Amino acid sequence: MDAILKVQRVEKYYGSRSSLTKAIDQLSFEVQKGEFVAIMGASGSGKTTLLNVISTIDRVTSGHIYVGEQDITKLKGNALNRFRREELGFIFQDFNLLDTLTAYENIALALSIQNVSVKEIDKKIQEVSKELDITSILGKYPYQLSGGEKQRVASARAIVTNPKIILADEPTGALDSRAARMLLEKFQYLDKMGVTILMVTHDAFTASYARRVIFIKDGKVFKEIHKGNDTRKEFFNQIIDVVTLLGGDLNDAL
Amino acid sequence: MMLCKLSFKNIRKSLRDYTIYFFTLILGISIFYVFNALDSQTVMMNVSSSTQDLIKLMMNMLSGVSVFVSFILGFLIIYASSFLIKRRNKEFGIYLTLGMSKRKISFILFYETLFIGILSLVVGLLLGVILSFFMSLVVADMFEADLTKFTFVFSSSACLKTILYFSIMYFIVMIFNTISVSRCQLIDLFHSAKKTEEIKLKNPYLCILVFILASLVLGKAYHMVTVEFLTLQEVTDILKPILMGAVSTFFIFWSLSGLILRIAMSIQKFYYKGLNSFTLRQFSSKINTTVFSTTIICLMLFITICLLSACLTMKNSMNANIRKLAPADAMFTANMNLDQYYEKYRDYGYNDSQIKNSHYTAKEMFELFDFDITTYFKDYIEVNTYATPDLTMNHTLGSKLDSIRTQFPFLAYDTMEPIMKISDYNQVARFYGNPEYSLRSNEYMIVADFKSIVKIRNVALKNREVIHLFGYTLQPKYDSCQDGFLEMSSQHINTGILLVPDSIVDEGYLVQNHLIGNYKTTNKEEIMKIENHINQLDQDSKTKAYLLPSGSTKLAIKEATTGLSAMVTFIGLYLGVIFLISSAAILGLKELSESSDNKERFKMLRKIGTDEKMIHQALFRQIAIFFLLPLILAFIHSIFGILFVFKFLEVFGNEELISSVITTAIFLILIYGGYFFITYLCSKRIIREN
Repeated sequence: MDAILKVQRVEKYYGSRSSLTKAIDQLSFEVQKGEFVAIMGASGSGKTTLLNVISTIDRVTSGHIYVGEQDITKLKGNALNRFRREELGFIFQDFNLLDTLTAYENIALALSIQNVSVKEIDKKIQEVSKELDITSILGKYPYQLSGGEKQRVASARAIVTNPKIILADEPTGALDSRAARMLLEKFQYLDKMGVTILMVTHDAFTASYARRVIFIKDGKVFKEIHKGNDTRKEFFNQIIDVVTLLGGDLNDAL
Repeated sequence: MMLCKLSFKNIRKSLRDYTIYFFTLILGISIFYVFNALDSQTVMMNVSSSTQDLIKLMMNMLSGVSVFVSFILGFLIIYASSFLIKRRNKEFGIYLTLGMSKRKISFILFYETLFIGILSLVVGLLLGVILSFFMSLVVADMFEADLTKFTFVFSSSACLKTILYFSIMYFIVMIFNTISVSRCQLIDLFHSAKKTEEIKLKNPYLCILVFILASLVLGKAYHMVTVEFLTLQEVTDILKPILMGAVSTFFIFWSLSGLILRIAMSIQKFYYKGLNSFTLRQFSSKINTTVFSTTIICLMLFITICLLSACLTMKNSMNANIRKLAPADAMFTANMNLDQYYEKYRDYGYNDSQIKNSHYTAKEMFELFDFDITTYFKDYIEVNTYATPDLTMNHTLGSKLDSIRTQFPFLAYDTMEPIMKISDYNQVARFYGNPEYSLRSNEYMIVADFKSIVKIRNVALKNREVIHLFGYTLQPKYDSCQDGFLEMSSQHINTGILLVPDSIVDEGYLVQNHLIGNYKTTNKEEIMKIENHINQLDQDSKTKAYLLPSGSTKLAIKEATTGLSAMVTFIGLYLGVIFLISSAAILGLKELSESSDNKERFKMLRKIGTDEKMIHQALFRQIAIFFLLPLILAFIHSIFGILFVFKFLEVFGNEELISSVITTAIFLILIYGGYFFITYLCSKRIIREN
């Protein structure tokens, strides 16, 4: 399998010379095409910073990040924006839907900024909304939707552009457990369809839906576990074991 | 001290984001100062006493206008500050949770208003003093005053007045602030930001219906002020179309706010292109709540455009008119043979001997007052006018009378028409440099230059109405009124003089004798001396028995005109600028706060990979729509408004219409466009990520 995302010895420092904070310290890992990977870590472990540098919202201090063949740490200006809108899909904890637009228009916006034709836009939205089961709510505004529905709309927006990789930042953070389960099942479905997902979370339950979990502590990879052929529950227990090993750092994991 | 520091920091923060508001404040203060300090500039100038009187009158008018202006600025300040306070709910929430009392928060606001007040007053007054320096050049030019005597003047009275007026405004703002703070609830303060407005699309059919209805009402209002212009007789008549216009403006914006989005949505190729859907949604989510203010701004722009172009036209035409309409130095008119209509003049307040002694020409009358015309005048002519109750407008309009009367019921149809011998008129025309005419023995003609009356008279002339005068029957020579006048004035006010062949005139109907002449001297001061002398004749005890001829002189007309045109120009400019900056500032302020509300939305757009260029374009369009929408409708209103105003001001002539409309447009583009551009730049900075 090809590695769709290669993170090579990435470092990210914050602050000035006198008070330097290493948010990410010589971090390396790879994500294969079609994989569903979760990154776990406590607050301050550097997981959000990692997601930010992968999503090109923030720049690395040193190291390289490859998406496909492209080194995205070298991109600048509009090339960066183009990369972001064509190769990446985002799902945020707080949905980030535009409240003045309907669900349909929110999804369409991701396509229209790529100058996709109206016909194509409609076709793609119909397809993706069937997959995510949101066809009936396309005409509604975000304030009329539940958290779970909002997150599924946001997911639809993320995958409708056929990105190389989907980056999800605490996608279940603002959802109740039922909605979270429904969303994660959709993620698993997308995973089966061959979509690559990189999800950042501090919730063991959420992480247990992934096929691989990478634990980060103090900006470094602490441990990596694979689901393999285990059931989700078994995988969940494995995750909890690692969390226990991490000590109190991840005490809000459940 | 802590509170002081807090408010100081707050001001610094908001100074950056709301530059446009503070800029407007300063501009408002300086303009207020400039127009109230106008008189101190003119004090230094060498102008006649009648000009001084006019300046005094102008200052009284301007200070009246200033009260109005202070209401507008006061409204702007209160609106803006309450608007800015609403945006700081979270900040106040934090203060309150930290245990600060509401009284202390009021104090913070009090200090803020105080600082802003002092700062804006100081800067505004400084700017005002500088601006008034340039203004005095304009004033001197207008009153044709000697510029060599000019010095830099600071008007302490205007300064005090400015400080007083604005202090009152700031004081009211403080009261408003205190009230709004004492009312607020902690829970609301924290949740106000999160409240999502429910988005309701209006029923498109209702919108279309309302739009059509409003357009019809507006069309009717337009029709009323232009085509049906002459049926508007009372001042209150004009209120009806204005009210109709204002209400329909509101409903047009109301329906448009629903329709624009609907229409755009139906054009999918446009709607789903780039950020268009976002921009349009932003626009329509806001216009729902801003229909009212858009209406107000539209109407204010409309008033500004009409006011400025009307004032400029008036000023330009008046100056042009003097050259044309007051070609001789002086003209005196003696009323003669008043005893023919004894009762009427009795009612006018003339006494018996005045009426009895009314058989002298102007020249003879002056001689009676021991004033010899020949000493002062280089050349002069004497002409007569005649009138008879047998020739009124009722007669000259002939068979057309009834139809005209139903159309214009308020004209003075029973007034006697002035009649002149053609040779007398030609004498005047030669003296004035106007065209001369000739008549056959059975012909008459009418000279007039008051346009709306000319139009009415032409109906009758075209119909070749015959008149019967002194036992003769006369045909009209021309089928329209010819240009010309007898009385010198600053405006086109000749409603019509009938010219008839000399031979038919009955001297018994002589009513007025006119003496028109040019002075021997051309020196302004000597002329002033002569005219003062003539004015002094009025003190003579002989006036009890004799009527002194009434006079109009070029100098007096000129001074009156200059004063009037200066007054009109200044009031127009004053109100125009204030209206324009107030409405532009409100719009700018709204858009800026809008932009800071949208910060998150633009951030989202960036996250999904929108180009900076696209974002700026969306921002530009959004602001442009908000600035253009009221302007476009105001522009359409203005076309009809200007047409109306110019009909109203027809007596002044409107040859200079185009140039003043262009001047107004430039003015508008500079100020309004400037505000738009600054708003865009500031918004761009607000939405920029750090």
